[in-house]
Amino acid sequence: MGLFSFLKNKFSKKSKDETTEKYQKGLAKSRANFASKLDSLSKRYKEVNEEYFEELEQILIESDVGVELSLRLIEELLEKSKQEKITEPSKINEMMIDEMFVSYTTSGEAIENEIHFQKDGPTVLLVVGVNGVGKTTSIAKLAYRYQHQGKKVLLVAGDTFRAGAVEQLKVWADRLKCPIIVGQENGDPASVAYDGAKYAIQNNIDLVIVDTAGRLQNKKNLMMELSKIDRVLSREIPGAPHEAFLIVDATTGQNGVLQAKAFKEVTELSGIVITKMDGTSKGGIILSIRDELGVPVRFIGLGEKMEDLEEFDLDKYLYGLLVGKEEE
Amino acid sequence: MAFESLTDRFGAIFKKLRGQSRLTEKNMDEMLKEIRVALLEADVNFKVVKAFTNDVKERALGQDVYNKVNPSQMLVKICHDEIEELLGKDNTDIAYAKGHPTAIMLVGLQGAGKTTSAGKLAYLQKNKLGKKVLLAPLDVYRPAAIDQLRTIAKEIDVDFFEVDPKKSPVILAKQAQEKAVNEGYDVVIFDTAGRLAIDEVLMDELKNIIKETHPDEVLLLVDAMSGQDAVNVANTFNNDLRLTGLIMSKLDGDARGGAALSIKYLTGIPIKFAGVGEKLTDLDIFYPDRMADRILGMGDVVTLVEKAKEAIDEKQAARDARKMLDGEFTLDDMLRQMKQVQKIGSLGFIAKMIPGMPKLTDEQQEAANREMKNFEAVINSMTRYERAHPESLRFSQKNRIAKGSGKTNADVNRVIKKYEQSKEMMKRLKQYQKSGKMPPGGLGGMGGMGGLGF
Repeated sequence: MGLFSFLKNKFSKKSKDETTEKYQKGLAKSRANFASKLDSLSKRYKEVNEEYFEELEQILIESDVGVELSLRLIEELLEKSKQEKITEPSKINEMMIDEMFVSYTTSGEAIENEIHFQKDGPTVLLVVGVNGVGKTTSIAKLAYRYQHQGKKVLLVAGDTFRAGAVEQLKVWADRLKCPIIVGQENGDPASVAYDGAKYAIQNNIDLVIVDTAGRLQNKKNLMMELSKIDRVLSREIPGAPHEAFLIVDATTGQNGVLQAKAFKEVTELSGIVITKMDGTSKGGIILSIRDELGVPVRFIGLGEKMEDLEEFDLDKYLYGLLVGKEEE
Repeated sequence: MAFESLTDRFGAIFKKLRGQSRLTEKNMDEMLKEIRVALLEADVNFKVVKAFTNDVKERALGQDVYNKVNPSQMLVKICHDEIEELLGKDNTDIAYAKGHPTAIMLVGLQGAGKTTSAGKLAYLQKNKLGKKVLLAPLDVYRPAAIDQLRTIAKEIDVDFFEVDPKKSPVILAKQAQEKAVNEGYDVVIFDTAGRLAIDEVLMDELKNIIKETHPDEVLLLVDAMSGQDAVNVANTFNNDLRLTGLIMSKLDGDARGGAALSIKYLTGIPIKFAGVGEKLTDLDIFYPDRMADRILGMGDVVTLVEKAKEAIDEKQAARDARKMLDGEFTLDDMLRQMKQVQKIGSLGFIAKMIPGMPKLTDEQQEAANREMKNFEAVINSMTRYERAHPESLRFSQKNRIAKGSGKTNADVNRVIKKYEQSKEMMKRLKQYQKSGKMPPGGLGGMGGMGGLGF
């Protein structure tokens, strides 16, 4: 049984759990594009030929999967279809999903989505990313999630640069009723991080989430500032930051790979949170990032409310993207 | 390798073809394939890439590139010109209204940079064009969005329209416009709420604002990092709101910004401004030629200038400049400057960053680097007095220096010649300074650039 049919069986049973439905709802717009394209493609061809593979390539690239990875997937697919003498379009599509799945799971380390908590003392999560990807909102969502798991969460407003950033995080802290450490406007974010770490130790905080200013990854000084924050945290709390999440906007194109590469150089990225997945973008860039750097997606933002954050589940993601129309 | 520059890609093809420097239809197809990959990696939309490479091929066939000595450069030039033409044939001025305040409305996805750009645009209108500007926040949804704009307005000393966040943005827009009319503002800028691509509620709100206020400009913010979906987003906004222009944001990053080309190609909406930095002064008019370089992976002068700024110690540079103008320029100074320029990046890197620069081959680059090392060896073998007064060197001293550095007399002479040329340049600079004008490009690193042979 192909992986696709396996997933289909797994998720189309009546007992759909809540998150599966959320995935499907959130991804409805992405899916409408991707799945209907695949669907109509397989209906237009009786058997696959060169043009068919070209069109498949187009579908991948238009989902921001990335040129290199797309070309490689198609090449492997072409080879396999020749070897196994498979010419049926829908079979080829299923094989492609298999390839995507295998490629994702085999590049990089095994994936555990939830934050890995320290046995003693606070666990520190550093949140980084370029401007406008939704760092602050994602932090609120993460805080909400772990508060609900009974953890004591502290927010650290490390974005001292953007006007209104601290206020924005304060609004969330109020709504979440969780403590927040704020520094001076345009002050050194590393000193805010220091204050946060001190507070966390003194007040038995379980999870410290450190917000940082959005920065374009080619700005050397700003990247150095980030590594300073990283250093200060590790000096105050052993092993901190224990987790570092890069927030990536689902509409991001090929630059996403360069972002991950550059941020990985200044702090040990342990995961990606992909935001704005409820739009029309397919977020294919996460496949490229995993392929090139091995960094896995941990969470996925599927809406604007605090509770709209889900664990990333590759099965559900691929299934969510690829279920055909008949499922709707 | 991903993200290689187009020049490198072409270089690799030619190496493979071993010495076939002339273009044939076959190797042109191969080059077009590379152009295709370069464009896709720049996030140019798939369909646009297809149409564009066909255009380029046709144009290349028409221009008889086959017999040109350097056909690959010809092909890049054709691509470049085509992109530049596509991006830049429109008037990109703001359409100012006559008799009433000009209303500019900014729209776009979440996180595209609307609020920051509203501030930048206000600064540009006020400080560069002398307009009286009012900033109006219409994003009542995102926490602290209004605070953000208020802080920005204060920072650039532009009037801010205080709003009641409980009122609907449509009413707020009307009120802001009334205030602008009554108090004689030249320009009123609306900062609207961002949403995900397809959100009918938001679109209706924006449509209503337009219906009520008839803005003179409706500008869509496009993130330079956006991927293949950017054209769909632009189409949606354009169909509903009839956009008058685009602002590319985050062009100070290293994204190639293919969305600019895609959207322009498919919708014809002109790109009016580009966000090029974090500061509120960092909004620029859009330069199609720079964008063409960038999309093709050919570097960007602005990036070079920024890098240069970071690498060159400005105080030292100012001290050097003063010394040079006073005629106290020594070989040590020259060497230090050359090193500063080298710090900016390898020579090849610099050459790639400057469009229109003759592209150096690998061998040429190596030669330039070798010369730099020669210079250093020769200068290090001189006494301190000799470094300060190279004109005093006699034949026997030159012999000693050549031996000491393991170089030849000709090498020593080359250093001295370069020094004299630099000094000559200083003299000219001094004349410029006396006449009150500065030569284009300023002083920083100038001697060093001269020292590098361009």
